[in-house]
This record gives sequence, structure tokens and C-alpha cells, in this order.
Amino acid sequence: MSSSMHPFRRYMRGHVTRTTTCPGCGNGIITQAILRAIEGLGQDMDDFVFVSGIGCASWIPSPLFAADTLHTTHGRPIAFATGLKLGLPGKSVMVISGDGDLAAIGGNHLIHAARRNIDLTVVLVNNGIYGMTGGQTAPTTPRGVATITSPYGSLEHPFDICAMVAAAGAPYVARWTTYHPRQMMRSIKKALQMKGFALVEAISQCPVQFGRAARLGKAVDMLKYYKETSVSRKRVQDLDVEELRDRIVVGEFADSEKPELATQWIHLREEVMEG
Amino acid sequence: MGKGKRVLTGTYFEMGNWACAEGAIAAGCEFVAGYPITPASEIINRLAQRLPQTGGTVLQTEDEISAICSAIGASWAGCKALTATSGPGISLMQENIGFAVATETPLVIVDVQRLGPSTGVPSVGLTADIVQVARGSHGDYQIIALCPESPQEIFDLTIRAFNLAERYRVPVFLMADGFIGHMREQIVIPGQDRIEIEHRKIPEPGKTPMERQDFLDVDVAPMPVFGRGLKAHVTSSCHDEHGMRNLSDPEIMHGYITRPIEKILIHRDDIIRIESDCDGADMAMVSYGTVSRSARAAAHLARAEGLRVGTVRMLTCWPFPDKEIKQISEDLASMLVLENNRGQLYPYIKAESARACQVEFLGPQTLGQIHDPRYILAHLKEMMA
Repeated sequence: MSSSMHPFRRYMRGHVTRTTTCPGCGNGIITQAILRAIEGLGQDMDDFVFVSGIGCASWIPSPLFAADTLHTTHGRPIAFATGLKLGLPGKSVMVISGDGDLAAIGGNHLIHAARRNIDLTVVLVNNGIYGMTGGQTAPTTPRGVATITSPYGSLEHPFDICAMVAAAGAPYVARWTTYHPRQMMRSIKKALQMKGFALVEAISQCPVQFGRAARLGKAVDMLKYYKETSVSRKRVQDLDVEELRDRIVVGEFADSEKPELATQWIHLREEVMEG
Repeated sequence: MGKGKRVLTGTYFEMGNWACAEGAIAAGCEFVAGYPITPASEIINRLAQRLPQTGGTVLQTEDEISAICSAIGASWAGCKALTATSGPGISLMQENIGFAVATETPLVIVDVQRLGPSTGVPSVGLTADIVQVARGSHGDYQIIALCPESPQEIFDLTIRAFNLAERYRVPVFLMADGFIGHMREQIVIPGQDRIEIEHRKIPEPGKTPMERQDFLDVDVAPMPVFGRGLKAHVTSSCHDEHGMRNLSDPEIMHGYITRPIEKILIHRDDIIRIESDCDGADMAMVSYGTVSRSARAAAHLARAEGLRVGTVRMLTCWPFPDKEIKQISEDLASMLVLENNRGQLYPYIKAESARACQVEFLGPQTLGQIHDPRYILAHLKEMMA
């Protein structure tokens, strides 16, 4: 046996030797994108606090990452992270959770954190379904997809999470799929470097639940599907409505600057304590 | 005026909610999150002005769920944290009250109780949250709840609430109500040197969570607060003493439930405060919070008529002062339990005292109104007849 070790093992708790993800899950690709971004920026795990909620994606940092990790109740990681960031303004606070956690039960906290512009990096893993609980309809499930709770096909329209979060005021918003790990990594890097609320939506394959419900096949088939259906946001204006049907628009949806909450609090305290 | 001062030493004529805000700052509060709600809003209003001057942060959240979650987050960031609300807010917070219990997070939750159920009457006090704060989150657990009877005691017990939260790593409730929250009365704030302040213990750096005990110590584990390289693993899911999730070992499940409970119950003598004025009394009125004021007035009236009536006041309602109630009941012929509700703690009090003496319950003439001392006196006479 060689004594070689995966280069990212140093970012992980020594006693954790396995993950809870199913074979073919996109969590591994996203974990790598996150850790490559951290490595690329030369950051240490002690510079971070990771917060996650309930669902498969929430187990990316907890217990795997060798850092301060807070695993919270369903839907609330952004609310917990808001208090953490205000209490530890010098740390990078990253929220990693799923579409059900952040956009359904936790939707209110998502839009309000974007509005407040608090310096959080949110990696929202969107698999389009409730994976852990057995394949129920999510607010991201495409209309017509038959899930276990919409066996005749979902009648509802899905959220466009990036458009919603950008409209709520977030200065940095991007979407990539697990077919785009390098772009995803670059967006996470950018999100970590900018001061403000940043959301990176990671469209991710759940072959066990969504792949079956949407008849998209296995993990590799789903990655091929992402390759074929994704279209750059820059190209969208060249396509008509028919050409855009069922396409995944990837790229940056917001990239701007505005006053950030935790920084403003530092200035405010200095001002009123002196005055 | 008083800019930047943590302790505004002096004598004031102010509201209970004002006293709560000043008590929090005096106790070293550094983070407050809240959502506007009658009759608790004045606490956050005051803190919004005052806390930044002492170096603290105030967050008005999108709802009470976010308020308690961000306060818990701030507590893990190492800040002394508070949230203040009323019954409807407590109802929304319940799930994450359980989170604070399960993760052993120090936190002060102020409940300025109002008339319910549901939206009820915002500005009228009713002490009907007393059981929901102890039993409202799912699962089995213990919290601490303190019951002030005046604006002065709101100040004093807010400080004590912070100290107990830090000492035991547990959410502590301050159970005020709309009456004393909005009541103006004399408040004496002592000198800073006369206010005792406690801080949580924090582990020394250098060890990993697997080499430390961060949770489930009945004598309170040091809290591995974030941002110090301690690499703490915190989850409200069933975990071992290192904080690592374990959903398969029945022994660990048993400890996950029982040790945070035992942590409170083992130290109950340190936590529980009860005032008993029963020397030579045949019967006593048992009460807590605002109602104790009426009980004291009724005792004066009764004694003026030569009746041997005592008072028992629970400053701590949770953990429940079972031993104390039992002991007091053994020297009495009868007890009258006074609560501004339909008898929420009455069953608990009766369970301890009914073997030794006769126990009855008396709510106010009209729910949501303060007990008229003459009305209490009439009932005392009926009981004695």
C-alpha cells in the first residue's frame, strides 16, 4: 500500500472515513469545487465557519470538514449564519445546503439575507427533489415531473432561485451544474473574495431520486444531460422562447458591490462608541 | 447621557421592559435579535439605541425563527446573546429552543407574556406560557425559567438569567408579562462593582474535538466556541460527548437525552430560588410573577384580620421547585395556588403538596385581570371556614 494521501484529506476530520452520499451523487464534485476554491485562495480551514441545514447537501461539511461546523435545523442555516457572521466578522462563513432547505422551508431567510447583504457564501445544491426523504416534489422540481408526492406529474412551477436571489438584492449570484466543476470553483472563489451576500447555485445530480423521477438515467447520463441542456447566460439573448425551453441557464446573474452588513456594523459601533 | 456605559448606576422611574434592556447590557450582552411584538417591543427598541454604544450588535430579523437562530449563532460566535418576544414569538421559536437545549447553547429568551391563545390580546398580560417554555419544543429536556414580579426584579433577574445561561450552557427564560413589562416603578441600578458577571468556560486550544469532551457533561463541558481554531462539531442531532452525530447506538441516544436534563436537575439547588413567608401560618398562597404582588397584598389584609396566612413565591419555576413545595406543604393545613391562567403550574404544585395539605386553585376574577386582593381574601376565608 502506498502512503499517498488525497491532497484534500488535510481539510477533513481525521476520524471521518466515509460520507453518507449515495453512489453517483453530485455532492463529491461540489465538495471538490469548494475545497479547490479554498485551496486556490490559500485559505486555512480555521478561517472558516461552515453552517448547514437538513438534507443530503447539509452533510457536505458536517462532519467531514476539519473546521468549526454548525449543523442546524431544517431551513434555518442562513439565520444561524447571520448571527455567526455578525459575531465573527473576521471569519468566512459558508452555508452549504439544499434547495428544499434553503428555498422551501428556509426561503424567507434566503431572500432577507440577500436583502441585508450580509457577507455569507451560500452554496445551494439544487437536485430538484427531496432526496433524503425519498423523492418528494421540491419547489425546484420542473413542472410535469412525476415524483412520489406528485405521481401524476407536478402541476406547480419551479423557482428560478438565481433570479429570485438577485432580485432580492444579492450582489453576487451564479449558477453552474456538476458538469461545470471548474466554473463552479471559480464562482465559489469569487464569492469568497467579495464582501457581501453571494449565492452559488450548484445544479447537482441525484440519480437515485430525481434521475428516476425525471427518467434521466444514471449519474453519467445526468451529467451528459447537463452538458447538452445548459446554456450560458450570455447566449440567452440570442435564443427564442422555444429554444430556451427546458434549458439550464448557467453563468453569473449578479456581480456588483454594495455596502455589507457586518462591515457597516463595525463602522457604526466605532462611530457611536466614540460619539 | 450615559453613552457607552454598561451599567447606568442610579435610581430611575421606568418600565419593566426598560429594566430588561438595561439588565441585559449590565450583564454583558453583546448580541440581540428580535422581531417587533407587543408587549415586548420596548426591550429591542431600547437595546437598538443602547447596545451599539457599548459595542454590541442588534439585528431586527424577518421573523422570530430567525431571531432565535441568529441569537444561537451569535452565542456560538462567543457573544452573550438575547432575544425578546411574547407568546406568539415563543410558539415560532419552539423548534430552535430545542436546538439550543440539544447543542447546550447559552442564551437568554425574554417572554413578556400576553393573553392567548393565538393572537389573543397583545397588550394584556396572562402568564399562560409558563408550561410552553418548559414543554413546548418536541422531545424531553429541561430549561431554566425565572419569574420576576416587578420592574426592579426584571433588571435583577435578567442579569441572573445571563449568569445561569453561561454557567449551565442552557437557554434561560425570563418570564415577564404585559403588566410588569409596561409598568413604571422605581428601579435601582447598583454600581458596576456590585454586579456579578459570569462567563462560559472555553476549552484550551491544542486538542481536537475527539480528544475533548465538548458536550453531555452533567457538570457542564467547556463550550468550544467558534473562531478559535477548536474545529468544533456542533449538531442538534443525537451526538456523543465529542459532538459527533450518532444515530445508531442506544446508549448514546440515552445520554444525549438524559445528560442535558441531569445537568440542570443535579444543580437544581443552585438554580432554584423560592421566597417563603410562612412562619406560624396555617395556610399559604403559592404564586409566581406579577400575581405575587396581589398575594402579598392579600396576606396583609388577612393578617390584619388575625388570619395566619403566609406567602410562597417561586422566583424559579423551571426546574420546578418540587422539593421546596413539598417541604413547605408539610407545615401547612392548606395551600391556595394563584396564577393568572386556568391553572398551569397547579397540577405540578398539587402533586408535591396534596399529600400533606388541602390544595386549591384560584385564577383572577376575570382572566387577564390582576387578582383583586379582597377577592383572594374572600376565597381564603371560605377555605378556612
